[in-house]
Amino acid sequence: MARPLINVPATAKRGEVVAIRTLISHPMESGFRHTSTGERIARDIVTGFVATYNGEEIFRATLFPAIAANPFITFHTVATESGTIEFRWTGDNGYSANEQAKITVV
Amino acid sequence: MREGVISRRAARLLLAACIALGALPPSSQAEIPAAERRSSYELMSAETKAMQDEDSANPGMLWVLDGEALWNRRAGEADRSCADCHDAAPQSMRGVAARYPAFDEKRGTAVDLQGRINLCRTEQQKAPPLAFERQELLALTTYVGRQSRGLPIDASDPRLDPAVETGREIFTRRQGQLNLACAQCHDDNWGQKLAGIVMPQAHPTGYPLYRLEWQTLGSLQRRLRNCLIGMRAEPYGYGSAEYVAIEAFLMRRAHGMPIETPAVRP
Amino acid sequence: MTTQEGLSRRDMLKAGATLTLGSVGLAIARPSQAMPATMKEAIAEVTGLAEIKRGRVKLDIPPLVENGNTVPCTVSVESPMTAEDHVKAIHVFSEKNPQPNVISVHLGPRAGRAVVSTRIRLADTQTVMAIAEMSDGSFWSDRLDVLITLGACLEDS
Ligand code: HEC
Ligand code: HEC
Repeated sequence: MARPLINVPATAKRGEVVAIRTLISHPMESGFRHTSTGERIARDIVTGFVATYNGEEIFRATLFPAIAANPFITFHTVATESGTIEFRWTGDNGYSANEQAKITVV
Repeated sequence: MREGVISRRAARLLLAACIALGALPPSSQAEIPAAERRSSYELMSAETKAMQDEDSANPGMLWVLDGEALWNRRAGEADRSCADCHDAAPQSMRGVAARYPAFDEKRGTAVDLQGRINLCRTEQQKAPPLAFERQELLALTTYVGRQSRGLPIDASDPRLDPAVETGREIFTRRQGQLNLACAQCHDDNWGQKLAGIVMPQAHPTGYPLYRLEWQTLGSLQRRLRNCLIGMRAEPYGYGSAEYVAIEAFLMRRAHGMPIETPAVRP
Repeated sequence: MTTQEGLSRRDMLKAGATLTLGSVGLAIARPSQAMPATMKEAIAEVTGLAEIKRGRVKLDIPPLVENGNTVPCTVSVESPMTAEDHVKAIHVFSEKNPQPNVISVHLGPRAGRAVVSTRIRLADTQTVMAIAEMSDGSFWSDRLDVLITLGACLEDS
């Protein structure tokens, strides 16, 4: 499936605390469900999320099966300098996705 | 999502409906006056409304993004993309979803938006049709639907009358093991609180939409299938003339209401 | 209710029988006060033997949830978020899900504000707990009883 949905303000004042929203397409199959014939459906979830700001880690999360399908995570960061905020999701079965957003700090 | 999970919610609502319908006077089957038409949006919690209203929080937007990518991707023997013929969707597809199902002159019948997209797939792109309730058809339909967000439904084309009448007949007919009609719940008892859930009027304004119960996005036909299973009636096949007729009827019934695609529902 | 109306007592029982197969709780159940062992263990894993104080943390979940599959959840921690005094991590646990861990996040002074939101699954009416780990090594918490009218399908029904 296509790109994650990221919301980072395009511009911010230096030192301003900005909100970042992320939404990614993933079923988050919990591993606790069974098919109608009684077989357990294998777990398939996003387990990790990391955000970096010009290469430096600013936020990291470990996700468990209790996170809803299509994980939505919002957090904050201080706008320190212009540059790129990068996001990376990893998960079961070698899952990995990336996205980035530019921010201009004035 | 397994059907068992869907029917769990349906079962609970059904029980509530049985109790309520039993306690209420016999069906009047009166249609809802235009001034009293309400989207189920108005019945949702503030949190669920916010999820629909804010694009960056609305999971349905993931399908819009995907649909945009598919719009520009070449496919089929013709090796052409939707954009090759239709250019930019925000202009060319504006208002289109608000008047679907539409009358298809070539076939002399009503065609819904998913059907229309698949006709372009097979006849214009010369590619195999896209499967119902799968990523690609849902994404393209949501992307096209999104271009009508906020625009009023226009279901006035008189050539749709035969489909609308078939849809009305299905909507008001008692069916299934429980001998219920759609209208008993959605025309006669909307606004009644049943086991903590307010019965909606069943408008098609938000589709395709993200349903929390499904944990994914689905079409109006999937929603209709859910209600039919809840009534213990045999669901129709995806893409069937019956579903298109119900859709045409629901759109006529919601004439003038704004499109919400991609909406969010519990 | 008359049979002419098409809704016999038998139909209602049939619908009721299907209903009981699901874990739908219409009654307002009080979560039990005793914390399950699995949740205690999961908490001990992040806090060790440290004392967990009440306060500084605010857990926000709507009081009445429409569908346990997708429950908005926000944790806010009072902290100046400076290099000397900040929140290092926030952990969320649930009492009755098959696995008590919900999410763990790591942050630091660069966050500016220790406010994090996500959407979680709750299988049943239960207590949810958020624990914040501060840079001075102390742990603070908040807990909330959440009423779920329709559980998440973490397990099939
Ligand atoms: C080779 C050109 C071509 C391609 C490629 C094509 N279409 Fe079309 N499309 C048409 C034509 C021509 C019509 C007018 C209806 C007709 O007569 O078939 C149409 C009609 C439509 C309509 C109905 C518009 C209305 O106003 O009622 C929709 C929606 C649509 N196309 C979507 C798509 C999508 C989505 C794709 C890509 C999957 C696509 N089309 C690819 C040529 C094309
Ligand atoms: C037993 C009562 C009942 C019957 C009969 C019933 N429905 Fe529904 N329907 C509901 C309920 C309740 C909902 C809201 C679903 C929810 O919140 O889980 C709903 C939702 C809908 C919606 C979605 C509205 C929206 O805003 O997304 C549509 C459309 C719909 N029904 C159409 C139909 C049609 C068509 C039929 C007949 C084939 C039908 N329903 C039969 C109870 C019923």
